[in-house]
Amino acid sequence: MSNIKNGKGVIGWIDYRLPIFSTLQHTLIDYPTPRNLNYWWNFGSLAGIFLMIQIITGIVLAMHYTPSVEGAFASIEHIMRDVNYGWLIRYIHMNGASFFFIVVYIHIFRGLYYGSYKSPREVLWWLGLIILLLMMATAFMGYVLPWGQMSFWGATVITNLFSAVPVVGTAVVEWLWGGFAVDNALLNRFFALHYLFPFLIVGVVILHIVALHTHGSNNPLGIDRKGPQDSIPFHPYYTIKDLFGLSFVLTIFAAVVFYAPDFLGHPDNYIPADPLKTPAHIVPEWYFLPFYAILRAVPDKLGGVIAMISAILILFALPWLDTSKVRSATFRPIYKKFFWFLFIDVIILTWVGGSPAEGHFILIGQLATIYYFAHFIIFMPIIGIIETPKPLPNSISESVLNKPIKDGT
Amino acid sequence: MKNNPTDEKKTRRDFIHITSGVTVATGIAAAGWPLIDQMNPSADVLALATVEVDLEPLQPGQSISVLWRGKPLFIRYRTEEEISKANDIDLNALKDPQPDEDRAKNSKYLVMIGVCTHLGCVPLGQEGEYGGWFCPCHGSHYDTSGRIRKGPAPTNLEIPPYVFLDETTIKIG
Ligand code: HEM
Ligand code: FES
Repeated sequence: MSNIKNGKGVIGWIDYRLPIFSTLQHTLIDYPTPRNLNYWWNFGSLAGIFLMIQIITGIVLAMHYTPSVEGAFASIEHIMRDVNYGWLIRYIHMNGASFFFIVVYIHIFRGLYYGSYKSPREVLWWLGLIILLLMMATAFMGYVLPWGQMSFWGATVITNLFSAVPVVGTAVVEWLWGGFAVDNALLNRFFALHYLFPFLIVGVVILHIVALHTHGSNNPLGIDRKGPQDSIPFHPYYTIKDLFGLSFVLTIFAAVVFYAPDFLGHPDNYIPADPLKTPAHIVPEWYFLPFYAILRAVPDKLGGVIAMISAILILFALPWLDTSKVRSATFRPIYKKFFWFLFIDVIILTWVGGSPAEGHFILIGQLATIYYFAHFIIFMPIIGIIETPKPLPNSISESVLNKPIKDGT
Repeated sequence: MKNNPTDEKKTRRDFIHITSGVTVATGIAAAGWPLIDQMNPSADVLALATVEVDLEPLQPGQSISVLWRGKPLFIRYRTEEEISKANDIDLNALKDPQPDEDRAKNSKYLVMIGVCTHLGCVPLGQEGEYGGWFCPCHGSHYDTSGRIRKGPAPTNLEIPPYVFLDETTIKIG
């Protein structure tokens, strides 16, 4: 490694002219990391790995896929039946998208619990939310590509959300469609954009990591590091911990890919798209269900769309909605409870979003939507003011060395 | 102070900055427009705009769906009961008030775009609380004239432009 710094050897020669190796060394090897990170800190690197899996399998799929309304569905069947290992690559890509979302949602809840969005990590938090928005767009456009019934009707319903915009709505939707309905023009542009967006995500991920390394990782205690005794180098301590966690996640992933590859999907998407017939029960992929529930909770077209978009945009304001100076919920007895209420609320929204919009589900969905917004707009600011946090430890090393740390995740 | 050379220089600089800024902005807008407009419906898509339908084989109570500009069209030969139900209401109670005679050129035949005005699903015929159409996606109910009566859809099912070429042939578009 010293070769890098003193400019000796091939690596040193290159690094002297383009500091790529020393940059990698700083970010993946030397990076001083709080010594007390728990397994919830694995989910960032897991997300990065699933992004790579999606890009590699996606490029392979694109080599066999035909982006046209006549050819798309047949080319997917061709991938599934004829292309060598095509079924495997496609099942990895399909389920990889789901796992990517599971991992990212856990990563976000980790941030909510440990207050990782607070100063000085606001921009880091925003970049994460931008990644989430790009991921949603990417996954939505990818789901359209097989051109099954769910692809077609999902694309129709979601692009029609823009028709709620006053005055220019219809013009915007026809511009998106390149026609008067979801058709070939839309399929083609979605394919082009589905190919592009993951690389935009890579770009934002790099910014996310630059922002992370500017002030370093937060930690389960949520207190700043006081000195070198509070940190350990990323390698080998966290490389090995990340790999160990990865081995578990990949085992679960493989089990799903090999034994239940269609568990998370909808059988209707194996029926070719039919513009004359909407399936009786259309639902988006599971990772959109909470937002879909919020959309349906408002009995007004424009209102529903605004509520759904606000459900994500409100997260951008979190650093200011949370009035508490203490980061970690471990020391915030009231907030900790509300964190779990929010978690349950999101589960309820997911369940309602996947159920038909009738009977009790309408009321439950509306109450859960109100609670979701109340959590951020009312409870968070108030709790920060009225709550008395527990005393914070003096330092990370003191807390780690003196008592076994108990954090209530 | 009046002839202060730095002051004068400042205003001349400002002028140059503003004019060059405006020029660049106009140039970007002019170059950007083709990139945006290419996404709008292309000439061949715009050209596919009319279809003719023969209504002769339809019996009262039967409907057909035809594809027009990629969207389903509902053409229904309504029964007497459906027509009277469509006329027999208080217009003020409607979300999007429109008398039935404004929606059907010949009250026997109802011609509509079969696309829910909420988010674009295809409603199911002769279902829902008003005996007209029901959209299963988010539960919009339409009456026998295709008017929105209940649910999230904001407006009535749209009526396409069409003319009767003779008693039983229509041209849509
Ligand atoms: C952010 C990363 C990505 C996500 C979340 C994602 C998500 C998805 C999803 C949900 C599908 C539908 C799967 C199905 O039901 O069949 C899909 C399909 C597809 N994706 Fe991706 N994708 C990503 C990256 C990529 C990349 C980089 C490419 C490269 C071109 C790509 C190419 C394709 C192709 C060709 C299909 C159609 C084949 C199929 O449906 O299996 N994807 N994607
Ligand atoms: S699309 Fe018909 S009710 Fe939503």
